[in-house]
Amino acid sequence: MAKIIGGITTSHIPAIGVAMDKQLEETPYFRDLFAIYPPIREWLGEEKPDIAVLFYNDHGLEMWLDKKPTFAIGCAPEYQNADEGWGIKPIPPVTGETELSWHIVNHLIENDFDPTVCQDIKVDHGATVPLTLLWPNFTYQGIKVIPISINCERHPMPKPSRSYAFGQAIGDAIRCWDSEQKVVVLGTGGLSHQLDGPRAGILNADFDNWCMDKLVSNPEEILQFSNVDLIERGGAQMVELAMWLAMRGCIKGEVEEKLRNYVSPISNTAVGVQLLLPKEA
Amino acid sequence: MTDYKMKPVEGTYHFDGEMATKGFSFNKMCYSFNSEENRQAFRDDAEAYMEKYKLTEEQKQAVRDHNINRMLELGGSIYYMAKFAGIFGWNMQVIGGMQSGRTTEEFQAYLESQGRGKNNG
Repeated sequence: MAKIIGGITTSHIPAIGVAMDKQLEETPYFRDLFAIYPPIREWLGEEKPDIAVLFYNDHGLEMWLDKKPTFAIGCAPEYQNADEGWGIKPIPPVTGETELSWHIVNHLIENDFDPTVCQDIKVDHGATVPLTLLWPNFTYQGIKVIPISINCERHPMPKPSRSYAFGQAIGDAIRCWDSEQKVVVLGTGGLSHQLDGPRAGILNADFDNWCMDKLVSNPEEILQFSNVDLIERGGAQMVELAMWLAMRGCIKGEVEEKLRNYVSPISNTAVGVQLLLPKEA
Repeated sequence: MTDYKMKPVEGTYHFDGEMATKGFSFNKMCYSFNSEENRQAFRDDAEAYMEKYKLTEEQKQAVRDHNINRMLELGGSIYYMAKFAGIFGWNMQVIGGMQSGRTTEEFQAYLESQGRGKNNG
């Protein structure tokens, strides 16, 4: 059976992608942020996962307001990136993994989750920035990616508890897939930030760190919060915690936190990064 | 009937069904700015471009005034507005300042004061 070898949380903010484009990784502003990635890449290099299941939100490249899924799963052999309007450089195509995608879809629908199934979608910076960070210099093309999007742009959004349960169902699907392949799960976005309105710029390091602690020790404690609770504490875009919760839901039982980094702010955002390893085989 | 109205959060416009309905045409215009051809068409003739997308007069005025908060009040979503902002080269700190009544430098200092500035004394 397929195995989930670990989970990684990482930001997907565009400024990080632009910093990589411009080779600003070593500048004082970005240095602390980029410092965490070499040890994560080393771990990935040692463990060699075959597949990355990547939770992200689409910020208006493919999934705009006209037809916007709450949960959507990519089932394509390849995913293109494209111009997003504000200057991040598009990257070459991302490789898909259709067999596991369809297995997850079948398992989810059998177990009462009904996502939108996408055979041809473009993926935006929500997916491409994490891939470029974890597998730089286009080496991401060597790993098969299943992009899974969660609506974080328009209310009503799935409740945090629901995103966690969604992740749990996906984790179960991966674990019952008849394959020897190794899977890493990625939760992207967050942590505290607010881009819009007179309250723009709010950050909350205490709440961010509490969330990171609980993601390790007791993720279900985070589920007490509604999306509005998250907005009050961590700003309008704190709702991106949905992807972290889905990632954590995939991993059954206890985890060991192998690496953590927290840098705030980068652009308008508090950036958290964690590498979590399952204790159960 | 169950009331699904979201609890208000000060200084925040929840982008819900009501706002998304109000802002649909405006956001549709902003979404079109994923394409350089459309960004250029807006640069060439903003009024004609706004007319083509059937913006309301209030929305047009907010665009002319570069009034980000007003665009939000009229149903704009920041994710699509970011593409509009790209036309002017405004990044999120510029927009943050415009919305919170700060200069870009003041806005950056505000961010830092809650993060590295705080931790580093």
